[in-house]
Amino acid sequence: MGDIKGFLKVKRQVSKCRPVCERVQDYREVGILPAVEHSMEQASRCMDCGTPFCLWGCPISNYIPEWNDLLFRGKWEKAYLLLSATNNFPEITGRICPALCEYACVLEINDEAVTTRENELAIIEYAFKHGFIKPNPPKRRTGKKVAIIGSGPAGLSCADQLNKAGHNVVVFERDDKIGGILRYGIPDFKLEKRILDRRLEILKKEGIKFMPGINVGMDLKAPYSRKEFDAICLACGSRIPRDLPPKADQPAAEKIEGRELKGIYFAMDYLIQSNKRAQGVKFSSDELIDAKDKKVVVIGGGDTGADCIGVAHRQGAKSVTQIEIMPRPAESRTRDYPWPKYPLLLKATTSHQEAGIRDWSVSTKKFIGENGHVKKLSCCRVEFKKNESGHSVMEEISGSEFELDGDLVILALGFLPPERNNLLKESFLTSRRGVFSCGDMRRGQSLIVWAISEGRRCADFMDKYLTQENNLPII
Amino acid sequence: MDNRQKLEKYGLYDSRFEHDSCGVGFVCDVKGKKSYEIIKQGMEVLGRLSHRGATGADPETGDGAGILIQAPHEFLAKACAKENFILPSSGDYGIGMVFLPTNKKERALCKGIFARIIKEEGQALLGWRIVPVDNSAIGKTAKLTQPVIEQVFIGKGKGLSIGKDGLDFERRLYIIRKKIENEIRSLFLKQKSFFYITNLSCRTLSYKGLLMPEQLEKFFLDLKDSALQSAICLVHSRYSTNTFPTWDLAQPFRFLAHNGEINTLKGNINWMTARQGLLKSKLFGKDLKEIFPVIVPGGSDSAAIDNVFELLVLSGRSLSHAMMMLIPSAWEQNNLLSQNVRDFYKYHTCLIESWDGPAAIAFTDGVRIGAVLDRNGLRPSRYIVTKKNLVVMASEAGVLDIAPDDISISGRLEPGKMLFVDTEEGRIIEDKEIKETMASSKPYGEWLKKNMLELDKLSADSVERIADRKSKTLYALRSTLYANKSYPLSANKVDPLTLFKAFGYTREDFKFIIKPMVEDSHEPNGSMGNDTPHAVLSDKPQLLYSYFKQLFAQVTNPAIDPIREELVMSLDTYLGPQKNILDEQPRHCHKLLVKNPILTNEDLKKIHDIKKNGFKTKTISLLFNISEKNNFKKALDRICKETEAAIKEGFTFVILSDQGINKDKACLSALLATACVHQDLVRKALRTQVSIIVQSASPREVHHFALLFGYGADCINPYLAYEAAAFLIRDKEVDLDLESAIKHYIKAVDKGILKILSRMGISTLQSYRGAQIFEALGLSSEVIDKYFTGTVSRIGGIDLGIIEKEALLRHKEAFAVDGLQRPFLATGGLYQWKKDGEFHLWNPDSIAALQGAVRNNDSKKYQEFAKLINDQSSNPATLRSLFKFKEVKPIPIEEVEPVSEIVRRFVTGAMSFGSISKACHETIAIAMNRLGGRSNTGEGGEDPARFVAFPNGDSKRSAIKQVASGRFGVITNYLVNADELQIKIAQGAKPGEGGQLPGHKVSAAIAKIRYTTPGVTLISPPPHHDIYSIEDLAQLIFDLKNVNPRARVSVKLVSEIGVGTIATGVAKGHADMILISGGDGGTGASPLSSIKHAGLPWELGIAETHQTLVLNDLRSRVRLQVDGGMRTGRDVAVAALLGAEEFGFCTSVLVVLGCVMLRHCHLNNCSLGVATQDELLEKRFSGKPEYVENYFRFIAQELRQIMSSLGIVKIDDLIGRADLLEVNSKILPWKAKKIDFSRILYQPKGNGRASHSPSRKPEGSGLAPYKQDYGIDNILDRKLIELARGALENRKPIKIELSIRNHNRSVGTMLSGEVCRIFGEDGLPANTIHFKFKGVAGQSFGAWLAKGVTLELEGLTNDYVGKGMSGGKIIIYPDRQSNYKVEENIIIGNTTFYGAILGSAYIRGIAGERFCIRNSGLYAVVEGVGDHACEYMTGGRVVVIGRTGRNFAAGMSGGIAYVWDKDGDFKNKCNMEMVILEAVAEEDARTIEKLLSNHYHYTRSSSAKNILDNFTPELKKFVKVMPIEYKRVLGGRKTEEKIELVEASDG
Repeated sequence: MGDIKGFLKVKRQVSKCRPVCERVQDYREVGILPAVEHSMEQASRCMDCGTPFCLWGCPISNYIPEWNDLLFRGKWEKAYLLLSATNNFPEITGRICPALCEYACVLEINDEAVTTRENELAIIEYAFKHGFIKPNPPKRRTGKKVAIIGSGPAGLSCADQLNKAGHNVVVFERDDKIGGILRYGIPDFKLEKRILDRRLEILKKEGIKFMPGINVGMDLKAPYSRKEFDAICLACGSRIPRDLPPKADQPAAEKIEGRELKGIYFAMDYLIQSNKRAQGVKFSSDELIDAKDKKVVVIGGGDTGADCIGVAHRQGAKSVTQIEIMPRPAESRTRDYPWPKYPLLLKATTSHQEAGIRDWSVSTKKFIGENGHVKKLSCCRVEFKKNESGHSVMEEISGSEFELDGDLVILALGFLPPERNNLLKESFLTSRRGVFSCGDMRRGQSLIVWAISEGRRCADFMDKYLTQENNLPII
Repeated sequence: MDNRQKLEKYGLYDSRFEHDSCGVGFVCDVKGKKSYEIIKQGMEVLGRLSHRGATGADPETGDGAGILIQAPHEFLAKACAKENFILPSSGDYGIGMVFLPTNKKERALCKGIFARIIKEEGQALLGWRIVPVDNSAIGKTAKLTQPVIEQVFIGKGKGLSIGKDGLDFERRLYIIRKKIENEIRSLFLKQKSFFYITNLSCRTLSYKGLLMPEQLEKFFLDLKDSALQSAICLVHSRYSTNTFPTWDLAQPFRFLAHNGEINTLKGNINWMTARQGLLKSKLFGKDLKEIFPVIVPGGSDSAAIDNVFELLVLSGRSLSHAMMMLIPSAWEQNNLLSQNVRDFYKYHTCLIESWDGPAAIAFTDGVRIGAVLDRNGLRPSRYIVTKKNLVVMASEAGVLDIAPDDISISGRLEPGKMLFVDTEEGRIIEDKEIKETMASSKPYGEWLKKNMLELDKLSADSVERIADRKSKTLYALRSTLYANKSYPLSANKVDPLTLFKAFGYTREDFKFIIKPMVEDSHEPNGSMGNDTPHAVLSDKPQLLYSYFKQLFAQVTNPAIDPIREELVMSLDTYLGPQKNILDEQPRHCHKLLVKNPILTNEDLKKIHDIKKNGFKTKTISLLFNISEKNNFKKALDRICKETEAAIKEGFTFVILSDQGINKDKACLSALLATACVHQDLVRKALRTQVSIIVQSASPREVHHFALLFGYGADCINPYLAYEAAAFLIRDKEVDLDLESAIKHYIKAVDKGILKILSRMGISTLQSYRGAQIFEALGLSSEVIDKYFTGTVSRIGGIDLGIIEKEALLRHKEAFAVDGLQRPFLATGGLYQWKKDGEFHLWNPDSIAALQGAVRNNDSKKYQEFAKLINDQSSNPATLRSLFKFKEVKPIPIEEVEPVSEIVRRFVTGAMSFGSISKACHETIAIAMNRLGGRSNTGEGGEDPARFVAFPNGDSKRSAIKQVASGRFGVITNYLVNADELQIKIAQGAKPGEGGQLPGHKVSAAIAKIRYTTPGVTLISPPPHHDIYSIEDLAQLIFDLKNVNPRARVSVKLVSEIGVGTIATGVAKGHADMILISGGDGGTGASPLSSIKHAGLPWELGIAETHQTLVLNDLRSRVRLQVDGGMRTGRDVAVAALLGAEEFGFCTSVLVVLGCVMLRHCHLNNCSLGVATQDELLEKRFSGKPEYVENYFRFIAQELRQIMSSLGIVKIDDLIGRADLLEVNSKILPWKAKKIDFSRILYQPKGNGRASHSPSRKPEGSGLAPYKQDYGIDNILDRKLIELARGALENRKPIKIELSIRNHNRSVGTMLSGEVCRIFGEDGLPANTIHFKFKGVAGQSFGAWLAKGVTLELEGLTNDYVGKGMSGGKIIIYPDRQSNYKVEENIIIGNTTFYGAILGSAYIRGIAGERFCIRNSGLYAVVEGVGDHACEYMTGGRVVVIGRTGRNFAAGMSGGIAYVWDKDGDFKNKCNMEMVILEAVAEEDARTIEKLLSNHYHYTRSSSAKNILDNFTPELKKFVKVMPIEYKRVLGGRKTEEKIELVEASDG
């Protein structure tokens, strides 16, 4: 514990972002890497609590107080050592994790949380910069072969862990490049792809074999892979988007009026394409989804929606509106979300800071088009009431109908839960011997940090399965 | 089997932990003139000590009393003539008082054995005489066990010479007695317990029994006969902590009577057993083996020391010589002792370790009589010598009425000193003379010089090189260790990280343990309690050390302050074989003196290589192959064999080493191996032949070292801890060179060990070694009996197989598959919650749930919390988690006692304002007052403003006012404003330890309520200096009852083996309530090792206490409360079923108010504003009284649900119903499969019932049904209050003269309580009430004397004068008739003006030890003081115009002392740690002059007059003792404060 009174001397200060006028012109990262001294000073605010709630909040239990202290005292190498012990990709979580740890920080109670996410980033970037991170292939190989299907954060962390344990790991990816959601779901302005590539380079050198462009089950027969590998991990994510049903309780198959109009897209389709475009891939005009000079409406108030807004700004949208069916969240914790719970709060992401309008308690009734192309949305306001059994029920407010201009509509309504068919067991094992599953595919749509946690825990079970021993250190 | 034996077998009671403490004294005619008068006077003394004895449930049965006198020949000759046998002349026959079975047959059998053995030994059985007794007045219990008492007469055999020392016959009688005892002990007799020989001697005779002092004379009709004559009468009255005292344990024993307690008893007995094999004596010849065992099993500590003393004396040593061996004074660091005497002690230390513990021992052989005090002077002992050659010695003054003009000396025994009378020579021999004579009787100094080596002085030359280095792996290993600064550690090239892992080091060990030790040279502090699983329940492999808990002194003997009273402490270790202690030769001190038993690698090498004086070292490996089965057992057997073989080969030292582990070789637990070898050698009587040195990687915390020593290690080399220090340096975690780092580490260990010793009241490591002062928690009897023989382990637990499995798990983890080792150590998570660490009951989930529940009054959320705590099935952490409630017929919940009633039984624990913030403290008080429960001030006073309630009915007044050892803020007004006064004996987080509030934390607010100066450090001593024994506690209870008769008095104890017997003693001392705290309780700051390793869970403590009290028929006299980790209604239910009536909560209440267990309390850095004094942080406090109310109502509601399911209506009906609990065997974790809770759940049968018992409950009383008899109904103060009526009603000044006696205790105290109750803290104008007494006043004269009350005493008084003085005035001077030299004689006892806050005192004469201890504002003048004067003083002024003892001003942080240093040697006696000595300045001169003028005015002191008459020259002789910190705080401020100068009209 370096400075016991640090939190009293130093106020929380998050690092700056590039100015809006500048950053909307490009796809480079919005955030500016904090100065080393700044991070060290911020790290002094960590109180080294006897009961570190940050650890409780963090799905991968990063040794937060320990490396905050090491960071404060400039013991970078040791900080890196401890950080990388629990987190396979700190450079990614350090950029885009919503930082559950910070919501659980004890200082969050009556002060402001430690800037743990940024501190994590500072450590890992320092480590890269100073060459602490070198490929470190396992000293011995077990001779066991493992296939990981899906190269998102869950698949990659699982692969990394199993490779460290000495197994021969092959990662299959349906897309043309490795990374899954990291590569195509998250815009560059939040996570530049060179960051991902830098890590993949190391993993490759450590012996993981990457096989992109292979759709296992289509390009490669499943029976083949089961014979070839001692264990298989399914980490295929959960990418089936939720569509817009006419009523909240109706199945997604029933679509609202005007849904067939052109100019209405799922968020992932939009994001994948724009990510590819940012990397120079060209698309034909009939494939192209572009917001330039469009009145963009994003339906759905979550993180994916926010990413779409940022992209739309960068593509030169005329206007951007985001609507959300749920009421506007509180700006500070409510009784329903006491500390240290991760609260549902009104968040202004960097994309929101850039421009646009946000509206809540808005339900989309139908799309109105011209020439087969969407032009307007017919909406109404809704409110939520508790019924007799205490459940929240949505009610439309009569007379509240209004129309909204929109010639590019993005549906960012989340993803349907994966089809599990009771296949998955507690130990990450599927009902098929030797076949495991983890990540969004197992637990449903979630955060990157949860995916890493899933991958690590799954790897632990797989290692036990493969070696009949318990060797892999996980927490 | 009687109830006691049943309880001992099936319950938690253990008779080995009985304590007693007593009044002891003697009367003697110096010239040896025998008379009946002496015996009469002896009995008078005994009677006047009766308030020091006690009675149990049966008020007529005392704990034992007796006298030892010279063999009264004339009387016996006359008596025997009546029995028709003629006695030879005096000295030619022996007499024994024998207790015999009442059963005729058995009695005859016993007497037959006497006859046979006497004959075998060539002596003549002259006859038996039935001792006439009258048992009409003795108690029921005593009658039931009363033996037939006869005297046996043995004529000296014809052939027996008188012997060189005249003791041949006495020795023969000794052998006869021992043989008879041994034979009868081996018989099967129904009434074996009746048999006992009080003594068998031609010189002395004792009359004793299970009697009260005043019953003695009535019982033994002989004592009424004036023909009974003696010049010596040694008396003893016993106060036992229980009520199963027995006839045989009454004292005096054969040679001595003991007031005190031998703390190191188990070690002493083991060492004595071990050395029996070496005993040889020309005087005894072959007969010596007949007397084995020297120490009779089953006796008390006093009996054991008597056994050894007897042997030493009868084998040729003089009385004083033998006593100096067993109870040496603290010579190690006393430069005031002559070299001769120091040599004497040093030599004898090689023979025998001291019997350590508080002791006043009186001893006699019938010709000489003496008394000695332990090295620390922890028992009072006063004596008077008259002009008519009478010496009266007793625990207090005033036990015999002696005309003042007859007194020639009024003295006291000083620590380690001896009072000695030789009636043959007809004189008193001064301590100095005895010791010098003894010291020069042999050339001890010469012998030492020639024979003793000192490790520190051992140069490399004296260490012979070993030729073939390579064959000696160890040597090779160490040489690489030294050649290379980077310390590659093992021959097998195991890297340090792996070693750390293999020995269970965690990152926390480095961060919390090693680093602070290396950096700051002391062991680390922490805060809050322990909420992790007991080792036996933990899922993770634990070091064996973690299965032991440190025991500690409470009530029956005091802990010591190892820092401030360092002069009595010693770690000196003497290595090398012991010799026959019955002999005295130069080679006895053929030893290697190791000043520091924590060996550096270099030290170890020196010892390893030593080849001088016949010393040889053998290294024995603790490693074994992991591939084999039953490794531990085999390895242990091998090690024992190898050690035995080494001894046979003449090796003098063995090194048990665990160096060299690798993938295939793991090592034994060093503790297990050490204990195993030690026990094995003790059993084979070989232990004294060899010294055991442990070279181990495992010890790192002080607890580990203490355990190794406690189970037999002589020295320890913790090589991996040193490596850890090196590691920290390499890692740049500490900025030190390796040498200083290791030095610091060792110093920290030393300090920690001294603390652990002193926790138990032990001063020297030599006595602690092998004393096994631990309780095991979770070890099976198979492990205990074989390797830790005699250690208490009450719930059974793991066997050798599991210990081995745990070791192998660690080993496997360390030597994991290549490439998979983590590049860092495991997390640990013992001191902080970590997700991958040890389980904690307080974790984010439980904390969040509880806070959520109380803030929103959300009962569902509370249930969630309760489930997290109650259902520990997957992570059992507490003993109670393994219980379940039996299924019985439930009742509807509506029938159960309402919440509002239940919450009245809830209290909050003692958390001081200071440890927690003002807002937090007050919030708790308001909440508890609303609920009708009770809050506790904690140590450190309370702002009087809080005593006044708010208009809305709320009140911030804490109902419970604590009285702790520092006595901070314990002013009369505070005591008067209490519903309960709680004496804190121990605290779960640091039992037996003191505390320190550093100056920078003493804010103005804290200083105000503690009546001290802001910025001046406040030290709480480890013991209450007015409680060194159980009778002292009774005295303090009496004091407090006097100040505030309306408050109940409670005593806070901490769970450990024997707490039940202590509680019994406390109940007999008239406490109203006893609080049993669990060892896991919280703290604001305490050493981590104490938080983790001292004290036991409350489940054991409350169950033991309840069982023992029921058995003693005392349960109905006291209420029991429990605390220490209470969290839920289920906890309350379990506690009630085990015997508790009230329930205390601390940590959970803080959590309710916002604490999230930062565990930063000790850093003053609580970001929640709960436990901080930082103004900025305090503002962050957000707790509300409603939260606390909600919490307690939830608990009550949960409890009601449990009660309804158990079919119980009222809590009273739950208490002690252990039959409603059973073990939930389904959830026993892997290590705890063999755990056995039957002792906890045992329900003893006894007359004593819990206070709930409806048949015995008086109506309307919520308290215990049988009111204690506090003895305050007819005391002198009642009269004083009557006499002072005028003053109390209309402030009319009064002055009245009265006489006083030693049974008038706490005089002026109740009166002061009245003054405060009526007039508040401001009291009355000075001298409004003036009482003048004449005579000898009892203890606590003028305690808590309030403003306006003046007590004047012409005469003498005892201990505790003016304790807690709150503004009054005390004037004491000797009787005007007396003509002894006042300035050389003692007038007041020990521990005077303890915690005095305000007022003045003028003492014409010398005070005992610890004058003005922890004085915080009193102005006092005295004419001489004993040791430790002004200790812990924080304020006030003291003028000493006479000699001082040693250790003056130890821990003195404030106030000023002026010492008239006539001889110019004061500097040597002053403890300079915290003070500087200065010349007096002008303002000082004024203070001195004023105080001396007052002194002269009040007492007519000639000393004061002489000084005043020559003031200017005499002033130069004054030394000003100025605390450094105080000086800094006062800065330029004038130190002089207003001193009331005597009004001209007064006096």
